[in-house]
Amino acid sequence: MSRRKTLLGALRALPTYVILAGVGAFMLVPFLWMVTTSLKPSGTTFSYPPDLIPDTFDFGNYVNLFTLAPFGTYVLNSVVVTTLTVVGQVAFCATAAYGFARLSFAGSKSIFVLFLATMMIPFQVTMIPLFLIVFKLGWVNTYQGLIVPGISSAFAIFLLRQAFLTIPRDYQDAARIDGAGEFTVFFRIFLPLVKPALATVAVFAFMGTWNDLLWPLLIGRDENMRTVELGLAYFNVTSSAYEQPNWPLMMAASVVSLLPVVVVYLFAQRYFVAGISLSGVKG
Amino acid sequence: MTSAVEAAAGLDVPSGQRPARRRRRRRNERVGYLFILPATAHLVLFALVPILFSLYLSFHEWTSPSFLDAPFVGLDNYVSLFSDDPFWHAMYNTAYYTVLSVPIGMAVSLALAVVVNQKLRGVNVFRAVFFMPVITSWVAVSVIWITLLSPDAGLVNYLFRLLHLPQQNWLDDPHAAMFAIVLINTWKTAGFSMVIWLAGLQAVPRELLEAASIDGAGKWRQFWNVTLPLLAPTTIFLVITGVIGGFQVFTPMYVITEGGPLGATDVAVYHIYQRAFEEFSMGYASAQAWVLFAVIFVVTLLQLWFIRRRGESNLI
Repeated sequence: MSRRKTLLGALRALPTYVILAGVGAFMLVPFLWMVTTSLKPSGTTFSYPPDLIPDTFDFGNYVNLFTLAPFGTYVLNSVVVTTLTVVGQVAFCATAAYGFARLSFAGSKSIFVLFLATMMIPFQVTMIPLFLIVFKLGWVNTYQGLIVPGISSAFAIFLLRQAFLTIPRDYQDAARIDGAGEFTVFFRIFLPLVKPALATVAVFAFMGTWNDLLWPLLIGRDENMRTVELGLAYFNVTSSAYEQPNWPLMMAASVVSLLPVVVVYLFAQRYFVAGISLSGVKG
Repeated sequence: MTSAVEAAAGLDVPSGQRPARRRRRRRNERVGYLFILPATAHLVLFALVPILFSLYLSFHEWTSPSFLDAPFVGLDNYVSLFSDDPFWHAMYNTAYYTVLSVPIGMAVSLALAVVVNQKLRGVNVFRAVFFMPVITSWVAVSVIWITLLSPDAGLVNYLFRLLHLPQQNWLDDPHAAMFAIVLINTWKTAGFSMVIWLAGLQAVPRELLEAASIDGAGKWRQFWNVTLPLLAPTTIFLVITGVIGGFQVFTPMYVITEGGPLGATDVAVYHIYQRAFEEFSMGYASAQAWVLFAVIFVVTLLQLWFIRRRGESNLI
């Protein structure tokens, strides 16, 4: 009886599964194409009809990537810039959010509103003067030029402030009575309680920085200061102007650029979703 | 000990202890400022100063980053903007992209959300799969889709031939290029909006759907007459943020088409980027950026006004 019931349920769900599989294929085939093309011999032009699965796999592109192009340098740059931006953003935004949420001082409200107001000015407006400031500081083609402007985020402060506000006042009071200073209360009691929100901020900072193109495009002008994204974009832009681009090599570079993001996504999926849902609720 | 508890709880304190309390409050204030100091200093230097500096720039003829005594030109940049046809062509393209991409993206992502909102075995795997393009960078997306849309050897045209559909030039055709970018954008961002729709769908009370079902409403009627009206806050959020994002689009045009073919995908931010960082007319480009901001601001206000007029002001 029960087996027949589950069979019936499975049958009823069949159309849904067909839709899911169809859309899933539409989402995944481009990735399959990327991976298999990266395994075709370097410089191969496309055959017709397109062969989605080649007969032989050639890992030469992955070797070429790190020997012919300074791709290792790009990866190192991306790792340094992303790590420091994530650490900086968590530190800057957590302290500020705690200040706004749990400490009272004159002007607290208006300063916080100022933070929110800057979120409404698009990056394109500030991009030019920001570049000029970084230029005047002598930070073009430096790590600090790539990192420092992105080390704090009004959105992250807003998100963390909401998290701090949900914690009952008693925690703060109890610790103070026990003689704990403000910094101890912050580090020992509050930070551990908002770990999920901190993870969301870290994941968003990671994604935003690792995948960013526009700012590295302005600041990382020398070849040895390019990030993975910028290096890949240069492969694309410069090659198409002069010659047939080396697609298999570029696909290999795309795979390498995507790997860290996929790994982080697999481990932190729920923080992605939590962050996006929250940004939706905000509106 | 007792008085400390009372002070902490904000209860009345005997007058003799007031100075100690005040000293403590002042110390608290200092700690508060200390906590917000790093982020606030960052905000001033890398957000507030650039905003004011950008306004200043837009009134000057600033042509190179090392050139510090740019001549003041008053409103000249803004005045010449009005007869700058290529700029308005880019603004038109931007509006066209937004009008195409926002409704298509929202409809597709809502459909995805409805499908994965069902309680089915393995549905989480599909949610993760639909989210894959979201985490992929635009540069990698461009490398993948330029080859998929290649006119003579691409997978998409191959499929079109199998289905007896006419072959397209996609990114090489001025009439099709923007549509191709909208298609790629939908593929890349649908998973993101899907998550937002899902949060909205899960807040729809089950009892309402059951009540409608008892009244004889089919699945389709339930969706149009119960679910969709209840999703209004999510819809409004996605329209408003989608339109803002659409007007600020840059990366796909930079990495996929470079504004071409024949300027067909030259959008406002790409146009501003070229003026500022390829021609180094930073003052003029700043004026363009402020005009773009003004347009976005007015469009957003118009939408809010429209929503309010429809009597849904409680949703904003």
